[in-house]
Amino acid sequence: MASQDITPVGRDSAKASLLYDPKFRGYIFQTVTVLVLAGLVYWIVNNTITNLQRANLASGFGFLDGRAGFDISSSPYLSYTSDSTFIKALAVGILNTLTVAVVGIITATVIGFIIGIGRLSHNWLIRKLCTVYVEVFRNIPPLLVIFFWYLGVLSVLPQARESIKLPFSTFLNNRGLFFPAPVFGEGAWLAGAGLIAGIVGAFLVRRWAYKRQMATGQQFPVGLTAFGLIIGLPLLALIIKGFPISFDYPVLGAFNLRGGTLIGPEFMSLYLALSFYTASFIAEIVRAGIRGVGKGQSEASHALGLRAGPTTRLVVVPQAMRIIIPPLTSQYLNLTKNSSLAVAIGYPDLVAVGGTILNQTGRSIEVVAIWMVVYLSISLLTSLFMNWINARMALVER
Amino acid sequence: MDNNLSFVRTEMLQGQTPPLGERGVVRWMRTNLFATPMDSALTILAILLLAWFLPGMINWLFINAVWSGPDRSVCSTVAQGGIQPDGWTGACWAYVNANFNQFMYGPYPMDQHWRVNLVAIIFVLLLVPLLVPKIPYKVLNAVVFFFIFPIVAFILLVGGWFGLPYVETSSWGGLLVTLTLSFVGISVSLPLGIVLALGRRSKLPVIKMLCVIFIETIRGIPLITVLFMASYMLPLFLPPGVSFDRFLRALIGVALFASAYMAEVVRGGLQAIPKGQYEGADSLGLGYWQKTGLIILPQALKLVIPGIVNTFIGLFKDTSLVTVISMFDLLGTVKQHFSDANWISPQTPISGLIFAGFVFWIFCFGMSRYSIFMERRLDTGHKR
Repeated sequence: MASQDITPVGRDSAKASLLYDPKFRGYIFQTVTVLVLAGLVYWIVNNTITNLQRANLASGFGFLDGRAGFDISSSPYLSYTSDSTFIKALAVGILNTLTVAVVGIITATVIGFIIGIGRLSHNWLIRKLCTVYVEVFRNIPPLLVIFFWYLGVLSVLPQARESIKLPFSTFLNNRGLFFPAPVFGEGAWLAGAGLIAGIVGAFLVRRWAYKRQMATGQQFPVGLTAFGLIIGLPLLALIIKGFPISFDYPVLGAFNLRGGTLIGPEFMSLYLALSFYTASFIAEIVRAGIRGVGKGQSEASHALGLRAGPTTRLVVVPQAMRIIIPPLTSQYLNLTKNSSLAVAIGYPDLVAVGGTILNQTGRSIEVVAIWMVVYLSISLLTSLFMNWINARMALVER
Repeated sequence: MDNNLSFVRTEMLQGQTPPLGERGVVRWMRTNLFATPMDSALTILAILLLAWFLPGMINWLFINAVWSGPDRSVCSTVAQGGIQPDGWTGACWAYVNANFNQFMYGPYPMDQHWRVNLVAIIFVLLLVPLLVPKIPYKVLNAVVFFFIFPIVAFILLVGGWFGLPYVETSSWGGLLVTLTLSFVGISVSLPLGIVLALGRRSKLPVIKMLCVIFIETIRGIPLITVLFMASYMLPLFLPPGVSFDRFLRALIGVALFASAYMAEVVRGGLQAIPKGQYEGADSLGLGYWQKTGLIILPQALKLVIPGIVNTFIGLFKDTSLVTVISMFDLLGTVKQHFSDANWISPQTPISGLIFAGFVFWIFCFGMSRYSIFMERRLDTGHKR
């Protein structure tokens, strides 16, 4: 039979196809990559060790216990002197980074939402003003904005003697912003406890009201109650204890201001610049988010008889938040990372402190490793937190 | 009944003009500025804000500003040791004017400035035809722009060949550094970013893991730490005796940093391509590179043009950070000259910064407008 002359196709081609087998080629390719990479790493490590030996540099993290020997201009949480250890210096840096990041994120979110909603306003003037804001701040480097506040605005403020007086005994001069410092007397802890109790109470009320509304349809003025609880409970505590909080007002002396608390110009310029810069990006995200909610949604809501306020609050915003949160997260992370620009104006954040240590001890590998670990952890934690919020907000589909 | 219909209108009535409140400027203002009481309040507030802010700003920027002068005296009041009356404030453009060459070229030797200018002219002559869609020979143009131009620019800027005196990169500065860093950063980060994005979507686990680690690490840390790494750790990694140019180190840092962000943008585009496109390419018998290069990437990249340009803009702005590792780009040069004893005055820093901000703004704004234009042009209606 003729058909017997045809050799079976499968066998022969299986032999030839080993080279053309995608799986096999994948293994080869990956093995080669790993080998090349391992060789590169070995070469780098080898070079580094040689270089360190030639320069007589020790390695390892043992040096962190040593005396730092430099001063840090701003350490609001820890008592730091130049006799403290390197670890403490780094801790001060991390805390300063977190402070400016948290305060900046809050401010940037507030400004960003206002501007973003303003860009969608029916009011022509407001819309144009918000557009100008966004287009200006989005297109200049953040470092320039920081310099603008630091060198252009805050350092040309008058001397301490001619301080600008602001309301509530607050003074502004080229050394920073002076404002009354609260002095907590005996029993002030009760007010703090009241505040926490108020916040917890507000949460409980909200949950209860939500459950009741789901069950019976009756609404409960949650906002007002929460406001009353959060403000009222600490106030009540203060009244019971006879107002144990007093203020240490800054007093204008002959050459300087005495008393009060001082926010230095470095912190202020970094904080203002990061807030204003990031706000322009957040504004665009908010605008895109609100535009992303179909027009039919608000029309349907109007048809159901909801007014403009509840429509925005209950229909548009919850849906817009789904679009807004993921890019908002990356803006928060950008702000945190941009806070490292502090090094340019001498605000002692993690990078600035690390840079000083690097220059003093020459331990570049260790310092860079610490930077990476801290920033990656911050990024990871923020992402986890925002993902948790996102998961709560996400569309529940059947 | 009177059935006499002797009066019947034969032509249409002329439309009446709308009442005064419903046309022209009045109507526009009513709908756009004073639609509701809230709107009116906001408008009035905004007008008050502008009235408080604008005249002072225009005064400061243009009317009171000093446009030229020999030294700081023209920009300071009598009390500060200058010639202006007490209480005067205004922009000190004289400072920008006097240092303009410095801001553009930095300490690049004065008699060699023509080399930078020549590179700039070639750059513009090659870039403009590339950007205008109507002009033909795009491929040839792109090849010249991305492969031949860098070599020519390198020879011209660095010198050492053809009788050109050698200019080391440490005497580069100003806008020259900003533009060089951005150009090289952009043309390295896009291909690198595409490769990383493909790697991240690869089915080979090792490749995928390596790309993920690289991208996520770089994206998790600030650019400053990458620059510190490039300037302090790179020398440690190399064999003793081998040294890198500092400019090149900064360049590597910026390009690697941008490529991680670029990779994420490109990945977004790759994910948006429907599976059918991959399967279609497979069924045509195309190999991996053919499939990627001919079918997937052209569609994916088109989808993410805004993201790519945003990354470019981010990179352009980020080049200003090299100031921190004591290199002098435009911003660094401007800042460096604040301490010039000839020009110290209260108005100098803010004037210089506004000038630098304006230059950065022009470039970034131009890029973003062009991306919007391209997005509209390439829109084939497939977008959801």
